[in-house]
Amino acid sequence: MVNQLHFSDRLKDIPWAATSSSLENIKRKDVETALQREGRGGVQDLIALLSPLAAEHYLEEMAQLSYRITRRRFGKTVRLFAPMYLSNECNNICDYCGFSMNNQIPRKTLTDAEILREAGMLKKNGFDHILLVTGESSRKVGLDYLAHALDLLRPHFANLSIEVQPLEQQAYDTLIEHGMHAVMVYQETYCPHSYARHHLKGKKTNFDWRLNTADRLGEAGVNKIGLGCLFGLTEEWRTDALFAGIHLDYLEKKYWKTSYSMSFPRMRPYEGENIVSVELQDRDLVQLICAFRIFNHELEITLSTRENQLFRENILPLGITTMSAGSKTNPGGYAEPEESLEQFSVSDERSPREICSMLKDKGFDPVWKDWDKAYDEPKIRNLLSPVEKECLTA
Amino acid sequence: MVTVAMKRANPNSNEDSILDYLPQDRVKILPNTSGVRDAKEAIFVAQMAREALETNWLKLEIHPDPKYLMPDPVETLLATEELAKQGFTVLPYCHADPVLCKRLEDAGASAVMPLGSPIGTNHGLKSREFLKIIIEQSNVPVVVDAGIGAPSHASEALELGASAVLVNTALAVANDPPSMGTAFRKSVEAGRLAYLSGLGSTHRTAQPTSPLTAFLG
Repeated sequence: MVNQLHFSDRLKDIPWAATSSSLENIKRKDVETALQREGRGGVQDLIALLSPLAAEHYLEEMAQLSYRITRRRFGKTVRLFAPMYLSNECNNICDYCGFSMNNQIPRKTLTDAEILREAGMLKKNGFDHILLVTGESSRKVGLDYLAHALDLLRPHFANLSIEVQPLEQQAYDTLIEHGMHAVMVYQETYCPHSYARHHLKGKKTNFDWRLNTADRLGEAGVNKIGLGCLFGLTEEWRTDALFAGIHLDYLEKKYWKTSYSMSFPRMRPYEGENIVSVELQDRDLVQLICAFRIFNHELEITLSTRENQLFRENILPLGITTMSAGSKTNPGGYAEPEESLEQFSVSDERSPREICSMLKDKGFDPVWKDWDKAYDEPKIRNLLSPVEKECLTA
Repeated sequence: MVTVAMKRANPNSNEDSILDYLPQDRVKILPNTSGVRDAKEAIFVAQMAREALETNWLKLEIHPDPKYLMPDPVETLLATEELAKQGFTVLPYCHADPVLCKRLEDAGASAVMPLGSPIGTNHGLKSREFLKIIIEQSNVPVVVDAGIGAPSHASEALELGASAVLVNTALAVANDPPSMGTAFRKSVEAGRLAYLSGLGSTHRTAQPTSPLTAFLG
């Protein structure tokens, strides 16, 4: 019998302040133990690795270990994907996002023809793994729109994932039957106070509804769930990251057939910018990535085009398994190089080809395809009528 | 023989196909179902592999757990049965479970591929005692898969009587993979030769080399 409690129930028993102070109370011995047993001590080791003490004295050792674990598990490969923005319609007001409803920007939702045009551009650039992104508007980009977009794109790509508004479990069941592989759903921040400060209006104001999305996905049996915080929203970023780790640990034990990815986005400038963000330094981000790699050897860690070229190249070997390249963050951006309407500005503007040759120069194999449509076929066939099924068998 | 995950094979691309690195006049390609979570998915992927690579041979891998990639014995048995019926030469990856290996053999497996230790760990033959039983009982070749991290592990598997080993991580993460490949070739040859030559049994104390019953004439 599956435990019916969700992560919000678990979170009630983990007070923010006590979790924060656990990071401050770390001793040298704790970090050394975590390094020595390669993070196999679970959340206890993550606390040690995320601590200020680890940052001060052990960053190089963490980087060395993170590098070794990543090579052992993933070899010298980096998977490439591209986001495809389908819509910038959004019913939320969030003070850090370019799509926020109160931003006076032209709104656009791609038509079938436009979606296929974007697909053509991405295909030409070699992409086989696509992440479909929308703002959060159930009316403009609801379940039917998303299922239809998956149907349109499925013949052309090996792997389709989404990053859209949180949905009900039944909706995820349906999207899986349309060929959806993974869902990225970033909590943005695990601190309820900070969450309330930055999410001002719309369904996204409901902290628990968003938090329990990963449980609904786990119950739907999705292949992969992407987690993460938006660093810059909450001052105590170590605590925020630790909560993301606790969430990951909880999910992995409960939904053991699902794999997990994590992303570490830092705030970037966007249209209508009006908040002072907490700045996450380069060395902080290095610590985050290394800590999570040592904590979870199998975790897919994604590096965003938000980061600049030099930093991306340097951090690449330390734990990264997946990156986007040549990203456009506005709907229709690949076919039309119009740069308005974007969610955030991209910092690494190199083309997929340039990224690819950079990877090869550094001794990595770029991997464009790491999935196949055939893997999803049994689920998709649930959708077919008995007659259609018979035709296929024949 | 080189096994290739079907999710990584990209026969339509001339840039991203792992197949381009494998000269087919020198190596036999063995497609595998890595990434599937149950028998149903495995059967679809097997059929795709047969079509794309024009071979009936299949390394069957069903691991629903993405963390340790542990093979699912129930689904593996079901899929072996079905795929053998469909004419595949099925080589299932499985736990070092002697009963399961016999069941797989009965279901039509052409070989069994029990693990030495968890995949990717390089821990060697942690399942040694069970591998011995499997090898003793098997009517099909036993290929030790997963956990083989050093040439000495491979040698040991062959000394035990295994027919072959399957190695990836040890080569992939070596500083010089081609030289490591040579080391593995030599170790496998040595292990096989030792097995065929008849290894002496091991003892905890010294054994007299002079016969005790020579006086009987």
